[in-house]
Amino acid sequence: MLEIELCGIKMRSPTMLAAGILGSAASSLNWAGRSGAGAVVTKSFGLNPNKGYANPTTVEVTGGIINAIGLSNPGVANFKLELEKLDKSVPAIASLYGANQYEFSEIASEVENLVDAIELNVSCPHAMGGCGSAIGQDPHLTADMVRTVKKSVKIPVFVKLTPNVTDIVEIAQYAEDAGADALTMINSVGPGMKIDVETGIPILKNRFGGLSGPAIKPIAIRCVFDVFESVDIPIIGVGGIGDHNDVLEFVYAGARCVQIGTSIMYEGMDIFTKINNGLRRFMDEKGYGSLDEMVGIAHD
Amino acid sequence: MNVPKIVKIKQIINESPTVKTFIFDWAVKDEIPGQFMMIWNFNDEKPMSISLIDPVKNEIGISIRNIGEFTNQVHNLHEGDELGLRGPYGRGFHIAGSKILAVGGGIGMAPVIAFCEKATRMGIEVHIISAATTSNELLFSSRIDRSGAKLLTCTDDGTSGFCGFGTDLAEKTLSENDYDMVVSCGPEVMMKKLFEIVENYRIPAQFSMERYMKCGMGLCGQCCVDNVGWRVCVEGPVFWTDELRMISEFGQYRRDSSGVKHKIP
Repeated sequence: MLEIELCGIKMRSPTMLAAGILGSAASSLNWAGRSGAGAVVTKSFGLNPNKGYANPTTVEVTGGIINAIGLSNPGVANFKLELEKLDKSVPAIASLYGANQYEFSEIASEVENLVDAIELNVSCPHAMGGCGSAIGQDPHLTADMVRTVKKSVKIPVFVKLTPNVTDIVEIAQYAEDAGADALTMINSVGPGMKIDVETGIPILKNRFGGLSGPAIKPIAIRCVFDVFESVDIPIIGVGGIGDHNDVLEFVYAGARCVQIGTSIMYEGMDIFTKINNGLRRFMDEKGYGSLDEMVGIAHD
Repeated sequence: MNVPKIVKIKQIINESPTVKTFIFDWAVKDEIPGQFMMIWNFNDEKPMSISLIDPVKNEIGISIRNIGEFTNQVHNLHEGDELGLRGPYGRGFHIAGSKILAVGGGIGMAPVIAFCEKATRMGIEVHIISAATTSNELLFSSRIDRSGAKLLTCTDDGTSGFCGFGTDLAEKTLSENDYDMVVSCGPEVMMKKLFEIVENYRIPAQFSMERYMKCGMGLCGQCCVDNVGWRVCVEGPVFWTDELRMISEFGQYRRDSSGVKHKIP
């Protein structure tokens, strides 16, 4: 009942582990798969090992968290060793970051035979050195990344979009025209800040970081809704999903499946099974046989 | 909320030439020995075990060995200075049984002393093996005496108690006593050896693992362990032996801040 197909990838449930959450090692990705995730997305990795920012890298705010981990990762050579240990119980998607299209395509080629799809992180709101949202806020740069990576790999290429733009529909259309197979939306919002009131010191070492969690869900729903009407490729919804009702909102807005991140802090890895069970119960009650029947019904 | 709470250092205790305990006023609720706090000195933030939980005076304590830039900065603070604390985090020691052996190595004595004081208050007989390089690095000896626990000291150079490894003393003690449980925190190489010993004796045991942490609240994945993927900051840091059997990297390697693996010496 919950099975879906995304760009030819078969998933047993529509819930994926989102990039950046517990995805640094094959062991935690495998754990998410065992826990009911329909697919897993790695933490974003780049060409070389990167320590990320100093701590504090994460702090809770009303409605979620802000984080500036700083794309810490062991680099593609080390990450390939992790990818080789994936148990293949569910499809795996490699989230990549880079400063330009050549870096993106080099990393994508390196891991193509180890994963089922690539997700381009052109939307991290606190990356430095021309990475992250510096790319994703420019439709032409975004299209360049997609076009180059599409030429270098045969597996599907997803693009994760930032909501921090004037017109997300324009970026989505450029990505689609450049050959993107699906759009993941949205990455964290902001950046935002939290300042300690006793000392006046910004809590994150990087001072600002991306906002994720329940607070960003309405923005994510609106982005999915707007883009659904303007593109033909599937949308993967992400942003503040904590239960099956949140998933339904994304699906009604136009998402084919969803990713879950921050809520793992509140619910643990059990969240995938809880959401899957909730979706099954709901679909039983309403008489839906598949998720595809519900995609985009808010537009009718 | 997972936000640092700014607290004044109420008292600093010089425990040894390299270790200081920092005491804070803290509304003690359900803090459990073995849990940790994230300590923010407005420059960096690191996880540290809770070494004192006093529900009567409403105090907690954090004991820190001066081993690097962050710990040196904290050691240079004075009573009245401020730090940010968030937590408690993680799963602490489960306290059960009537006679328990606790084994602490070096700064690993921090959660062990908190465990000892709580367990003895519950009427449990606790024997503690406190292992250090030399006698003046033995930690919390007077607190152990006051708790009523039996203290067995162990030093590398023989300046106090048993001369040699804490694991050798643990094996000797286990052969001479009947314990319901063993708890331990210390260098991983020591805990790995102790793990093998308690497996032979078929005694339930809990070990506190240490891994590089960033968020401390179960999101960043930096502290996930192979092959199970569990987060040391949430599913740990304390694991039972049947769980440790599944953690293949225990005693083998750990990951640094970028996630690159390093062998445990």
